[in-house]
Amino acid sequence: MRMRSKPLHPWPLRVMHWINALAMLLMIGSGWKIYNDEVLFGWLHFPDWITIGGEAQGALQWHFFAMWVLMLNGLAYLAYGFATGRFRRKFLPIRVTEFVADVRDALALRLSHADITHYNAVQKLLYTGIILVIVVQVLSGWAIWKPVQLSELVTLFGGFQGGRLVHFLGMAAIVGFLVVHVALALIVPKTIGAMITGGPKVDPPIDPDGQAPVIANSPTAP
Amino acid sequence: MPIRSPSPSSFRPKTGVDQSVLENNRELLADIGRRNILRGSLSLGALAMLTGCDVTSDSAVQSVLRRVSSFNDRFQEFMFRPNHLAPTYSEAEVVKPPRFNAYYDVNDVAPVDGATWKLELAGRIADKAPWTVQRFMQLPEQEWIIRHICVEGWDYIGQWSGVNLRTFLETVGADLKAKYVAFKCADDYSGSIDMATALHAQTILATKYARQPITDPYGFPLRLRTATKLGFKNPKWITAIEVTNTYPGGYWEDRGFNWFAGL
Repeated sequence: MRMRSKPLHPWPLRVMHWINALAMLLMIGSGWKIYNDEVLFGWLHFPDWITIGGEAQGALQWHFFAMWVLMLNGLAYLAYGFATGRFRRKFLPIRVTEFVADVRDALALRLSHADITHYNAVQKLLYTGIILVIVVQVLSGWAIWKPVQLSELVTLFGGFQGGRLVHFLGMAAIVGFLVVHVALALIVPKTIGAMITGGPKVDPPIDPDGQAPVIANSPTAP
Repeated sequence: MPIRSPSPSSFRPKTGVDQSVLENNRELLADIGRRNILRGSLSLGALAMLTGCDVTSDSAVQSVLRRVSSFNDRFQEFMFRPNHLAPTYSEAEVVKPPRFNAYYDVNDVAPVDGATWKLELAGRIADKAPWTVQRFMQLPEQEWIIRHICVEGWDYIGQWSGVNLRTFLETVGADLKAKYVAFKCADDYSGSIDMATALHAQTILATKYARQPITDPYGFPLRLRTATKLGFKNPKWITAIEVTNTYPGGYWEDRGFNWFAGL
């Protein structure tokens, strides 16, 4: 029996994606304001107009509000990704040879975006990588929020200032990812459409070994 | 010279536009208008947040943020480990002098005269007789070398000694089941902490730093030092202590900083 084909990005995933986008922007903007009060690098102050919260207390209020949204949404996303097998289907396997070939193609501007249902090796690595970075970012955030109650955790990050530095570098990695992610989405606008409307219908996975889903009605469909 | 017809196009109706379409679809048109306004306001809101405009002061947003901050108070109370000690350090790591912090500049510190200083007691306390410096110095002393962490992000290791707050509260017969311990200071600063933190082993009424009496900028003659809260929860130049079940707030807390502010 064949199951009904589903959109590339089912609705729970799209909802979680945009909640995450909003929460992440709030975390970054308010975090920059909090950072400004005691900078890690003398040469780096974030201009007030790109920060969120107005004053320090406002920024802290936003940060400690958006963290719940980000964490609860993130937990839901991880649960969804593992439970539905989406992570396994979309992100695995990541092969070194494919990665090297894709990087070479990307640099030569030869990487195809015709099929947005399929992630190339660079995308797989970036998406898995950013999920791990956000997990570490949440942990370092907990460590510097609760350096006494969670003193074991802050030790793991090399103490309070070590935790602050990890939290800053995590932010830098997320912002870096965001720049690339948004730029590529703008270059291939149908990916933005797909994250809003769901995108093309794909057949549900039939093969439990993690065979990638294929576009419905395509000639290669089984 | 012939005047050109105002309607040179043969496609333009001669009798004006048919208004009945508008009339028949009034509801639909109103709906489209509403949707656009909604969409516009959403993106405006997002834009305002991105540009750091002062959305925070908007009262509805402010009320949500304050409510989440209260929730965070309760959450921190829940995750507080009363028997868990903050890390302690060696004397070699102690920073001398400590780092100054207040809501004004160090040059504006008004020293407190130890000879006339009195500590007033109020609220759910059996013996409310005020305390002098001499009487205070007779209480048992303990020392903690602990990290001071400021909400701004800086920190230093300090060596504080004085009387354990629990010991003091027991001495004066305070109601240890009350919710809050509140402090008033000589510089009009005020603050309050939860009873669980007040009874924590590393919460002291400090009189000495690095074995010497605390100097003026750091709270002479008496200040609070707790290892489990941010710096601003440690009032200096304390002149009154109250044990109460009514939420007392505090200088920074009334200005939007999180009340529990636990570490």
